[in-house]
Amino acid sequence: MVAILMVTAVKEKAVAMTDSINPVDFLVPAYQVMLRARATEDKLASLYRAGMIKGGVFLGKGQEALSTASAIFLKKGDIFGPLIRDQAGRLAFGDTILDTLRTYLGSAQGPMRGRDGNIHRGRPRDGYYAMISHLGALVPVVAGGLYARRLRGETGVVGVTSIGDGGTSTGAFHEGINLAAVEHLPLVVVVANNQYAYSTPNNRQFACADLLDKAAGYGIAGHKCDGTDPAACLETLHHAVQAARDGGGPQLVVASLLRLVGHGEHDDASYVDPHLRQAGVGRDCLEVGAAELIERRLATADDIAAWTKDAHSEVEQALNIAQREKGPDPTHEDWSAISTDRLIDGHHVTEEE
Amino acid sequence: MSVTYLEAIRAAQEKALTDDPRVFIYGQDVGNFGGAFKATKNLAVEFPGRVMDAPLSEDAIVGLAIGAAIEGARPIVEMQFADFSTVGFNQIVNQAATLYYRTDIPCPIVVRLPSGGTLGAGPFHSQSMEALYAHYPGLIVMTPATIEDAYSMMLEAVSIDDPVIFCEHKLLYYHLKADKLPDVAQPVGKARIARAGRDATVVTYSAMLHESLQAAEDLVDEGWQIEVIDLRTVKPLDTDTVLASVARTGRLLTVGEAWPWGGVTAEVIARVATEGFGLLDAAPMRLNAKDTPVPYHPDLWAAHRPTATAIAARLRQLLTQ
Repeated sequence: MVAILMVTAVKEKAVAMTDSINPVDFLVPAYQVMLRARATEDKLASLYRAGMIKGGVFLGKGQEALSTASAIFLKKGDIFGPLIRDQAGRLAFGDTILDTLRTYLGSAQGPMRGRDGNIHRGRPRDGYYAMISHLGALVPVVAGGLYARRLRGETGVVGVTSIGDGGTSTGAFHEGINLAAVEHLPLVVVVANNQYAYSTPNNRQFACADLLDKAAGYGIAGHKCDGTDPAACLETLHHAVQAARDGGGPQLVVASLLRLVGHGEHDDASYVDPHLRQAGVGRDCLEVGAAELIERRLATADDIAAWTKDAHSEVEQALNIAQREKGPDPTHEDWSAISTDRLIDGHHVTEEE
Repeated sequence: MSVTYLEAIRAAQEKALTDDPRVFIYGQDVGNFGGAFKATKNLAVEFPGRVMDAPLSEDAIVGLAIGAAIEGARPIVEMQFADFSTVGFNQIVNQAATLYYRTDIPCPIVVRLPSGGTLGAGPFHSQSMEALYAHYPGLIVMTPATIEDAYSMMLEAVSIDDPVIFCEHKLLYYHLKADKLPDVAQPVGKARIARAGRDATVVTYSAMLHESLQAAEDLVDEGWQIEVIDLRTVKPLDTDTVLASVARTGRLLTVGEAWPWGGVTAEVIARVATEGFGLLDAAPMRLNAKDTPVPYHPDLWAAHRPTATAIAARLRQLLTQ
């Protein structure tokens, strides 16, 4: 709980002094979010191996710094459209470890109520959009949310969505960014270039020298950072989010890193080039972040150990709750996909009939 | 004053924009140009900032509408031709149609699909997509065949909290004329008996209503009284009205402009066969377009789609079975 409080406190400070944030002030709360995300995902991996999760488990190990930085500068009223490897960003935006576990374990009390699972969760009414599996599809949707806010006369709103190197090859990504650029919407698109889309390496994904080159093609601002370095991610994302908030239009952020796990827990990622693992891009952002905190005298190794312990106990507490909750009851499920009862197509021949 | 089907759609959008500040229109060429068919003529001037040209990006257009709907807006998006909605298909069927079931947040968007064949329009400006969208849970699919329905169902489409696929038929745009816009609306989701009869039931919708009504008229001289049902919405499908009619006539022909594999005509027959088999005095029949792309040449096109002549011929077979 300590971590949540600290994020909130820093965020309030951010709201109060929008123009004078020092991204370094966010290093500690960001690191705590990263730890909580890692602890959550480590638990998800164990639950998966123990056969306690139905369906897949998709982790963001190695991407916590970038993901946290993507959401930590957002405030109430902003929009966040996270993707597969954004456990950390989700927590930074306000999702809880409990709702994470509820969704993976199929609790009827989670936001998706067993109707969707794992990473497909959100609370759209709170600006937290729930991804579908089709990559790039969320880009125009977040743009649309921002468009509606602008129509209502709201200013200073920002939307952030993320994508991987593979997702940049989709038509939806292109259409969405181009539309956002034409509409000059305050949209930040964060590309986690983790070198592989499932097993497909970058040289089979795109032919431009750098994904950042795409920003110029769309006529939008581009930013680049080392996705393994929390301080660099915070600095870059702070700049990008602020530029969007200040009316600078869409911002493309491209960060280089390596997914330190498989596409899902079913995947051993044996296709990853071992040289990449040894290179800078293969660094673990949690290790980089710990060194940064200590070097900047923002925390001691003991502090980090204590935060890690806190994170694990928060996960255990949430798991205790989520595991006790019931799943959805098929006999009491409202088997309707529309909200207008009088227009339900009511003549299916069902078992009852 | 007279009003066309197209003008009714324009007038309904104008009324929606006037009555509800949450409504906006987004689509290719819908702004100052007024739309490829002029369904949004002058609306950009009347409602500054609320009727906007979109880039040529059907996926992003629908995606934008979905995001706006999440935030409480009531977007109407125009696909320039129904055929092009395949580019926005993913957003419609996977994002808009699943949103309410997954998140409990409704998705009140209207996707206008200028549908169906017209002279010389060819394979990519003629398609009827209603069955494709009706197949997916989470969508309402409207297929207005009259000026009254074009107007009142468009207004209702905007007010409904769920995504509505509004299949407006391009052939009816200019051909249908009425004295005035309707004052009262029939409830959405209920079929309408467009012509009463006792010998056979034709179930149809959209432009095929008019071909079917002509066929029914042509058979009067031969002594047949054909009942014609206009489904109005294909999802939900008003099976009750269809079954009640078949109970009276004992014979069923379903007519659609869409392709023959699956689809609305097959669904109606499946429901009657499973829920009202005993009502049938003869095997039900179907008439659809041919199972090829919609051809360009007027002579091929005329033979590709069901016409009053073809419907009458099929009815004669049905009536003498």
